Order: sequence, then structure tokens, then C-alpha cells
Amino acid sequence: MLSESLVKEFKSIVGDENVFNSEADRQSYSYDSAVLEPVVPALVVRPTNSEQLGKVVALCNENNNPITVRGAGTNLSGGTIPDKRDGIVILTNGMNKILEINEEDLYAVVEPGVVTAKFAAEVAKRGLFYPPDPGSQAVSTIGGNVAENAGGLRGLKYGVTKDYVMGLDFFDVNGELVKTGSRTVKCVTGYNLAGLMAASEGTLGVFNEIILKLTPPPAASKAMMAVFDDVNKASAAVAGIIAAHVVPCTLEFMDQACMRYVEDYTKAGLPVESAAILLIEVDGHPAQVEDEAATVVKVLEKSGATKIVVAKDAAEKLKLWEARRNALPSLARARPTTVLEDATVPRSQIPAMVAAINNIAKKYDIQIGTFGHAGDGNLHPTILCDKRDAKEYHRVEEAVDEIFDTALSLKGTLSGEHGIGMAKSKWMEKETSRATIEYSLNMKKAIDPKNILNPGKIIAGR
Amino acid sequence: MADLNKLAKMLEELDDLMVACMKCGMCQAVCPVFAETMRESDVTRGKIALLENLAHEMIKDAEGVQERLNRCLLCGSCAANCPSGVRIMDIFLQGRTIVNTYMGLSPVKKAILRGMVGNPKLFNALLDFGSKFQGLFTSQANELLGSSCSKFLSPVIGDRHFSPLAKQSLHSKYGTIDTPAGKSGIRVLFYPGCVADKMYTKAGEACLKVFRHHGVGVWMPSAQACCGIPALSAGDRVAYDKMVKFNVNIFGDGNYDYIVAPCGSCISTIHELWPQFSAEYPKEVQDKIAKISKKAMDINQFVVDVLGVKPTEAPKGGTKVTFHDSCHLKKSLKVASQPRDLIRMNPNYELVEMSEADRCCGCGGTFNLYHYDLSKKIGERKRENIVASGAKVLSTGCPACMMQITDMLSQNNDSVAVKHSIEIYAETL
Ligand SMILES: Cc1cc2nc3c(=O)[nH]c(=O)nc-3n(C[C@H](O)[C@H](O)[C@H](O)COP(=O)(O)OP(=O)(O)OC[C@H]3O[C@@H](n4cnc5c(N)ncnc54)[C@H](O)[C@@H]3O)c2cc1C
Ligand code: SF4
Ligand code: SF4
Repeated sequence: MLSESLVKEFKSIVGDENVFNSEADRQSYSYDSAVLEPVVPALVVRPTNSEQLGKVVALCNENNNPITVRGAGTNLSGGTIPDKRDGIVILTNGMNKILEINEEDLYAVVEPGVVTAKFAAEVAKRGLFYPPDPGSQAVSTIGGNVAENAGGLRGLKYGVTKDYVMGLDFFDVNGELVKTGSRTVKCVTGYNLAGLMAASEGTLGVFNEIILKLTPPPAASKAMMAVFDDVNKASAAVAGIIAAHVVPCTLEFMDQACMRYVEDYTKAGLPVESAAILLIEVDGHPAQVEDEAATVVKVLEKSGATKIVVAKDAAEKLKLWEARRNALPSLARARPTTVLEDATVPRSQIPAMVAAINNIAKKYDIQIGTFGHAGDGNLHPTILCDKRDAKEYHRVEEAVDEIFDTALSLKGTLSGEHGIGMAKSKWMEKETSRATIEYSLNMKKAIDPKNILNPGKIIAGR
Repeated sequence: MADLNKLAKMLEELDDLMVACMKCGMCQAVCPVFAETMRESDVTRGKIALLENLAHEMIKDAEGVQERLNRCLLCGSCAANCPSGVRIMDIFLQGRTIVNTYMGLSPVKKAILRGMVGNPKLFNALLDFGSKFQGLFTSQANELLGSSCSKFLSPVIGDRHFSPLAKQSLHSKYGTIDTPAGKSGIRVLFYPGCVADKMYTKAGEACLKVFRHHGVGVWMPSAQACCGIPALSAGDRVAYDKMVKFNVNIFGDGNYDYIVAPCGSCISTIHELWPQFSAEYPKEVQDKIAKISKKAMDINQFVVDVLGVKPTEAPKGGTKVTFHDSCHLKKSLKVASQPRDLIRMNPNYELVEMSEADRCCGCGGTFNLYHYDLSKKIGERKRENIVASGAKVLSTGCPACMMQITDMLSQNNDSVAVKHSIEIYAETL
């Protein structure tokens, strides 16, 4: 528990109404979207401007209270679970202003708590485009997106959040403002600290203002669905499309198990007898779109697609995407607990990964449906269980271990987009090396000697 | 011991429902209360987390949970958008009853419950044992307590702009109505609901006019109780059960095809909640409810879907009217096109859509009483959308929303009239 006087100090910085001290309030900041044990913070503080944010950080540091910054708390890896040692949650949703949208120079400056979809909509109103679109964008924040380096459906062609961070200001652990990057397209002034901050999960600094790159929107797009009786053929099609020099904006995969769950829920008429489907969208100049769509169809035919459905208009396109959009809801409704994983492999290894996941499901007698961003090799095996059934949940944990081991053995990675957080830090050394961990620990020690900034996340052993 | 047993069972059921929440946080996007306060404990995910705690260890701070649970409009927006299909409304209603009951328990019972909920096996064994010694622990026959509907009807006024009570309520004006089916061959039980009966009698009279015009026989028993939703949402099962049983007794074996009301809240309560919360009623009451609930239908839906009234073309150039989707009507009953169709039937009006037409107006029944400031903020946004639409008339399908929106508009001196959609249709007859 924090002393009365310390609580008062926080109140004097952000105002009484922005300090949450009641049991009920604190309890509701003890979890995020990961299936992990909750930890109740000692206090929740909500600054509403930069000055307050800096002071709050400094005060936490002075009093040795670990800081966990929280955007919307939608991360899937425990990144916003506070520290057990009187951890303090700093909420950013009081800092949610879009400070500038520069149409001429194609950038925007935002506070960290701006909701991603709201930002994208504001930008779109001005005829511009902010491509990163995590599935949680209706609630997730830009600060959280940068800290997790969030991806989305358009990652293949447009990249992920870090590709849009031109620069940012962040508070170091002492509450000093550090500036990095710039409003220019090119900038090689000093270390690429902005790059370091992407995916840092709140362990290296607290973001203040973020400069984001914008682009002109594509003029046209075309979507299609391809059905395969063999996962290998679907995977070959993915490689074939890239080899034909077409980079779709979206290239999504759904396996048979996943399709069955979606069909159970939506009755959308999915080809549940087939092994997998790909959902593909190309965008750009209208002429280019026609051309690329034709090339994609050719590749799909050659790869042995048993059926190809090309959307004729916006309504048909919407219908095609409906299946993908319903993947998570359908899986989530099947059983009480949904463990959404994020194993990522080189594109060519998708069939091996999917086969391994199916074997793992059988071996541990658990239900798994797999969908994901095939173009990125980023799969979301989703395990359906009931966490209250201790025996079943133990099997789930073992299965998750094996899924990650398999991904690593296929030269993949632990996380394509959901971050390491607490959930996956124990595997960090397996993917990287002891030296990598040491290097990271040293860096963290130099930046944050008392381990105040979101301790326990990413790097194991601290 | 009987009600301890019941409470424990309710907690168990609640746990089964809550485990479906994957804490994805997507409910933040649609919750009107969260939009104002931006506090996690004001959104579904936070409330479920608190209730989970309550269920697992009988939280030290039941009042805290109660306070949070009450900061909810029961608008159902979160349920309509939840990817996991969590039965959020059931959880909240059940949760409120549990918390209320718990808080009304004697310290001894609280201690027993608190000690045992975390250990179901021991708990069940003790309950079996305890039931043999009931008299030792039970002081009253029933300790489920709380507020009642009358509280809802005698609100704290504050700076609200209240629509006046009608000079004569529908019931006092008409007493019992009992007419046979006419050319439609249909006979309905007309249930005006409290607000249309006592305040917006015009909406009630419009229904009667519509029934007359279409040759629909009407049975309006002079004695009808409130549908029970204010009591249930206050966590007051005793008052709720009384109202439901009173109504069921009267509606019982009636000779009618539908129960029609000009209020989405009443209809969704009769249609959905009556059967859902009937497990402990005597079998005959349950059977009656099963039959009655199926017959419940909103007036807009009745006129369009049953009587087949539909416009061929949308009129242009009349007085601009915009439609507000009441939460119970759209999110619970999925009725949204029908009231719009009825408005389009009237050539004197032109329907214009406001933005966020289906965003809650902030009334939320008792929520409006206890959290007027929040309710007002949410209502302000509704009012801004109405004014921005340029409409001169605001129409909706729910008298409770009419009350709230009238308050908001009149506080700002807006010259926008408020009408039930059935009134607009009835004007053409
Ligand atoms: C339904 C659903 C779908 C999802 N879909 C995707 C998807 O398609 N792609 C994807 O990549 N992810 C996805 N996610 C995961 C999650 O939404 C992302 O990780 C998102 O970026 C988190 O944003 P947030 O605002 O919720 O951040 P939070 O969860 O609040 O925080 C995430 C991390 O960022 C840190 N942080 C937040 N703000 C700051 C700041 N100002 N300074 C420093 N550190 C900060 C936190 O401490 C934490 O470590 C999904 C999650 C859900 C529930
Ligand atoms: S949207 Fe549904 S599953 Fe997600 S947090 Fe809210 S209640 Fe839970
Ligand atoms: S019912 Fe409405 S007010 Fe209550 S939590 Fe859900 S969205 Fe929010």
C-alpha cells in the first residue's frame, strides 16, 4: 500500500479526479487481454498532459514504485500487468489529442492515448491514410501500438507500426524528456532511438508525443477467396504470388478447424470440407489492381486452388471479409477460454507449422483453430479451453510450449505482433542467445538502473 | 439457510457466464459510460473482473462492486458488440441481485458465505448439513431485499426538466378495455407500460387509435403492474417477482394473440427476462410465462410485421424528423427498420438520420436517478446529434427515452418536439 502522503503528491500533480485509489478501481487495472494471473496495482494515475506525465514518472522513480503504462490494455502478452512490488499504473487515455495532421508533409503528431481507429478516421477525413490496423484498433492506442509494434491485416504490403514512427518524445525514468527522430522523411541524426522504442513494451521509456508517417490512400482494391484441398498448395500459392511480384495488401489464411468454427457460428457457407482458404486483397491504382488481380488468379489456379471467388463489388468484398472478421468471435464462442497465440514462421514453413499445430492439438487432446496473416507467416493458433479445468489448462500450457518450440525450430519467431510481455519472456533466450539477453539487460540497466520501467516484461530473469 | 443456498447457486451460475469474457476490451469502443469517464471499472470488462472477484472470494468491498455495477445503463451496446458473445446483461442483472442480497445478509451469513464460496465442495457439504438446522441461522423467511419500483417513480428531481404527469392516466380514463377482434382477426393484450400510461398518454392513445383503425381487438385489463425492469435492474428480486407474478396472474389464460406495448423496455422484459428469471417460480407460473413471453411484441414491429403496414415511397419536403433507436428496441429486440417505416408512412414528415442514431440517450432507468451528471453528459451528445440533424421532431420508440431526450432538449431551449413513432403513424389515420 502507498502512504497517504504519496497518494496526495500524485493528486497534487494530476488532480484528485485522476488518481484512482479505491479497491474496485485498482482491481480493474490488474489484468489485460492475456490469460495470466492478475496483479492489483497500488495506485492508478491518469495524467492529462505532458508536464503531468513527466512529473508522475519522476515521482514513481523517486519512491521506487515500478511503472506500468497502460493504453487500452488490449495487449495479449501481459504487458500491462502491474508489478507486485507496489506497482503503479499510469493511464494514457487522458492524453488523447491529435496535435497536428500535416497534409503537405504527410505526417501527424499525436498524444500516446489516441485510439488507433479514431486517428485513422481523422486522417481519412483529410483524404490521407494510416495503414496499421490491428484487430483491436477500435480501442487500442497509438502508444500501445508503438510499444508493441502492432501489426494488422495490411502488414504485408504496408508494414507495421514501427514503419510509421518518424520520431517520438519519451520520458526517461527520471522524468526527463528525450527527443528522437524528426518531422522529415529522412533523419540520421544520432542513434535510431525511435526504432528502439518500437516493441520496447514500456521498459525503456514512457512515450509522450509520437510523430507518425501518413500516405495517400490506394485508389482501388479488389478482393478474392481461394479454396484449397491441401495446406501445402495454399502455402505454395502464397509463395507464388510474391514470386510473381505482386504484394497484396492483405493475404490471410484460415485452416479447416478454424473454418468449421466460423461456419458453426456464421453459417456463411464456407468450404468446410476443404483444407484451407486464402483471402487476398490487392490495392493501388485501378489499372494496376486489375493487372495484379489477374496475375493472382493465375497463380492461384496454377497452385491448385479448387475454387476462386473474386468479389465483383463492395458488397461482395464485404461478404468475403466477413468470414475473416468472424474468425476470432467464432473461436471465442466455442469454449469459455480463448488463448490467442502468435507463432510466426517463414512463409514457406506455413504447411509444416499448420501440420505441427494439428498434431499438437491431437497429442494434448485440445481444440485449436488456426488463422493468420499468411503473407507474413504470422499465424494465430487459437486454443479453446476452460481455464477452470486445471488438467485441461495444464495440457494447454504444454501445447503452447511445443507450438513455440516448433516455430523456433522452423526458424520462426515467438511473436509476430503480440509482443513478449510476461507471457513469453521465458523463451527469449531460446530464440536469441544468452549474449542477446545480457546485451539487453545491460542496456536496460544503464537506462533504468532501479528497474522501475515495466519490470518483468520481455527480458527473462529480471 | 435457504437463501444462502440460492445465493451460492447464483454465484456459481454467474461464474459460468463470466468465464466466457476473454478480457479483449472491445467493449470499450461502444460503452457510453466509458466514453465519458474512461475508467476501466465503468466498462463491461472491468465490471466482470470485479464480479469474478466477488464470486471467487466474496470480495471485502461488496459496496464498491455494487457502486460500479450501478454505473451502467444496461443499454446492451457492449453485449451487441462482444466478440465472445458474453451474456453481459444476464451477468449484470444477476450480479446486481447477488450483491444486493449479500449486502442484506446478517453478518453471520456473510461470514459463512465468504468463508465457503471459494471452496465449493466444503460449501455444499455444509449447506446440506446446515439445511437440517435451518432455524439456527434464518431469522426471516426471505432476506432478498432492496429498493422497489415505487422508488423509480418518485425520483429525486434535481435540475431535471420533467415531462408533467398526464392529467388523466390511460388507465383512469379507459378503465378496462375489452373489444373483440375486428377485420384483422387479431386480438391483443395492450400493455401501455408505466410511462405511456402516466406521462406520454398520447403514445398510448395512438396505439388504441391504430388498433381501432386496423380492426384489432383490444384487451387492456384495468389492473396491470409494472413489468419489473426497474426493480430487477436495482437488484431487487422481491419487488420484481411480485410485479411479474401479479401480471402473470392477470394475463394468465387470456384470449389474445399478442401482448403489445409502445415501450421496448417492457417488451424485452416480458419477452426475454420473464422466462429467464422464472426458474424458481411454481411450475404453473413458469408454464404461463413460457406462453405469455412468446406473445410479447413491440407496437412498431406489430404494425409493420403483423399488420403489414409498409410505405411504398419515402415522402420528401415535410417537417424533418429524426429517429432515435432506443437500446431495448434495437439491441435487444432487433427492431430498427419498423419504426422508420411507420414514420415514412406519414407524408407530412421527412425522415433524416442523425449520426449515432443507435447510441444510448443516457436514461438507463434508475441510472438517471443515481448518476444524473453522467446521464446528462451522455444525453448531451444525443442532443447535439439531434440538433445537428436539423430535425424539428425527434421520434423514438420508447417512452423512457422520450423522457430523457425531452429533458435534454428543453434544458437547452431547443425547439424540437418529441414524439413516439406510433404517434406519427397514427396522425395519418
Ligand atoms: C481482439 C484483439 C485483436 C488484436 N489484434 C491485433 C492485431 O491484429 N495485431 C497486433 O499487433 N496486435 C493485436 N492485438 C494486441 C493488442 O491490441 C496490441 O498489442 C495493441 O498494440 C495494444 O495497444 P493498447 O493501447 O491496448 O496497449 P496496452 O495493452 O495498454 O499496452 C501494451 C504495451 O505498451 C506499453 N505502453 C502503452 N502505452 C505506452 C506509452 N505511452 N509509453 C510506453 N509504453 C506504453 C504498455 O506498458 C504495454 O507493455 C489484438 C488484441 C485483441 C484483444
Ligand atoms: S467485449 Fe466481451 S469478451 Fe471482450 S472484454 Fe468486453 S465483455 Fe469481455
Ligand atoms: S450495458 Fe451499456 S452502459 Fe452498461 S457496460 Fe454495457 S455498454 Fe456500458
